[in-house]
Amino acid sequence: MGAGRGKPRALPTRPQYRASAEGGSGADPGGEAGPAWSGVGGAGDVSRPRVSGRRTGSCGLLPLPPTTAPNGSSGPSRDSVEWEGRSLLKALIKKAALGGEQVHILGCEVSEEEFRAGFDSSINSRLVYYDLFRDPLNWAQTGEALPGGPLGALQAMCERTDPGPVTVALDSLSWLLLRLPCAALCQALCAMSRQHACRGGGPAAEQLCVLGLLHRELHGPGPMGALSSLAQAEVTLSGTAGQASAHMLRRRPRQRPTLETLWFSVLPDLSLDLQGGPPLESQPHPDPHTPQVDPASHLTFNLHLSKREREAKDSLTLPFQFSSEKQQALLRPGPSPATSRIFYEPDAFDDLDPEDPDGDLDV
Amino acid sequence: MFPELNNLLNTTPDRAEQGKLTLLCDANTDGSFLVHHFLSFYLKANCKVCFVALIQSFSHYNIVGQKLGVSLTVARECGQLVFLEGLKSSVDVFFRAQAEPHPLQFLRSVSLQPSPEVHAWEANAENLQPLYEFVREALKPVDDGEAAWRCPVLLVDDLSVLLSLGMGAVAVLDFIHYCRATVCWERKGNIVALVHDSGDTEDEENNILLNGLSHQSHLILRAEGLATGFCRDVHGQLRILWRTPSQPTTQRDWSLTYQYKIQDKSVSFFAKGMSPAVL
Repeated sequence: MGAGRGKPRALPTRPQYRASAEGGSGADPGGEAGPAWSGVGGAGDVSRPRVSGRRTGSCGLLPLPPTTAPNGSSGPSRDSVEWEGRSLLKALIKKAALGGEQVHILGCEVSEEEFRAGFDSSINSRLVYYDLFRDPLNWAQTGEALPGGPLGALQAMCERTDPGPVTVALDSLSWLLLRLPCAALCQALCAMSRQHACRGGGPAAEQLCVLGLLHRELHGPGPMGALSSLAQAEVTLSGTAGQASAHMLRRRPRQRPTLETLWFSVLPDLSLDLQGGPPLESQPHPDPHTPQVDPASHLTFNLHLSKREREAKDSLTLPFQFSSEKQQALLRPGPSPATSRIFYEPDAFDDLDPEDPDGDLDV
Repeated sequence: MFPELNNLLNTTPDRAEQGKLTLLCDANTDGSFLVHHFLSFYLKANCKVCFVALIQSFSHYNIVGQKLGVSLTVARECGQLVFLEGLKSSVDVFFRAQAEPHPLQFLRSVSLQPSPEVHAWEANAENLQPLYEFVREALKPVDDGEAAWRCPVLLVDDLSVLLSLGMGAVAVLDFIHYCRATVCWERKGNIVALVHDSGDTEDEENNILLNGLSHQSHLILRAEGLATGFCRDVHGQLRILWRTPSQPTTQRDWSLTYQYKIQDKSVSFFAKGMSPAVL
């Protein structure tokens, strides 16, 4: 365990990462130990970036090629009303479950049946579901509600995770953020990673990946920023022309944040399908069957030009347009002053002074 | 119900879907015609309807319902319609003993508590649990084994007034959450709720309520006023957004926009710019 050998590291810009990193193995001083929020930098471990659902949601982390640096932290997936993120969350859960990880889900917004729909039975048996949908506030008083309310459920969830790679999915972070103080939620999330790291054995064995779904319209910049700072990756969902896109912002310790855009779609069996680039048809084509209406027809005056008129119009040079001919005319020495003369006939009232008015100037 | 709107939504009273949350929203116009549509639609579909009417009186809805072909009086008498008339029963809250539960008892029990962060008194209203209990009781399935009505439906007109009455947005969201759990999930019924969109970005509570409900809805009908102002022949624009909150679809959420004109007994819909008055 790294408890004994963790010495305080240099304070990074994000103290949360450090605090959670102390429990990890200090064997590789260059790498991060693995609490949930910090990146796990072991060779060969493929941590999935967490998608925190901040603004737009999309988790594009799983399909990344294995050459990318693994991160252990998760980010929020931010979605919007038009581009929902739950199907992407389910696709990532499916990938985690197929990879042999234990998956714990805290379901607040939809019923368990609706959430489990789409997963086949083998995956469903691997999912541990905590149902906060049916009676989150204990109004029914039946005793079946999870004790402690939403915060208690969150804490209970992190206590029940076994050592080993674990994925925790929060559907949704928005629901929790509306009912819990932001600080309490952030502390619970950090504690989750800390506890999981303390429970496990070796360095790269425990990876806690937390996926959270956030609805971007619901929160102000303060809570969003707080969750952003905890996350290692944020995926923002949007799209054009019927094709969803994921803008992924990844923050790795001691590295510059990277922004990447992926175009994807989630198939009905909840597998992710990544497309290479934006959709080909980015503009709507006009309907070929509607006849093009000529607005200049059926008028009482003529707006059309005949061929001769069009030629005359094109060959016309505008008087104030500086064309090359005009330029040449100006550059050429002008004709003799005799061509332009002024004829002036003074009448009786004119006062002609023969002296040059500028005679006193030294020009 | 308006047959043209049924055509647009591709539904009839016989084939009404179940387990859905429909959100009605109006911005810069009056979207109450949608409430009347759904009320008469579900009564004609032989569903048991619980109508939480906080805005208008029973006779108002009855008069409009008669134009659309349903009689609310008859429905209430035979038990198909449970009508909570907010305007009338809110007065009862103050004249009955405090111990008795009343669906609108939050009106009375707004208590003042010091807030620890700010040294000021801030109103801490209760939650809407009594209202939820009323809805749950009203839509309880009949015990005689034979289902007299098709599916339970909750209709709320409207939710924004609850914010004005002192409830927080999260309390209203909790109320709808519990109604969804009971009506939509447990009893496979439907919920239709109207929320006003004031367009005011400073009204955070309303925006939280509207956006929070939008994320949970399967169908969003948004009635908007025309961007260019009032018109005699086109009263507004209706945007319809079909959503699937958790199922992946190969096709993204689908949306249509129509303009409408409200007449005496019906509403006519047409594509944008295709009003019969201007063609």
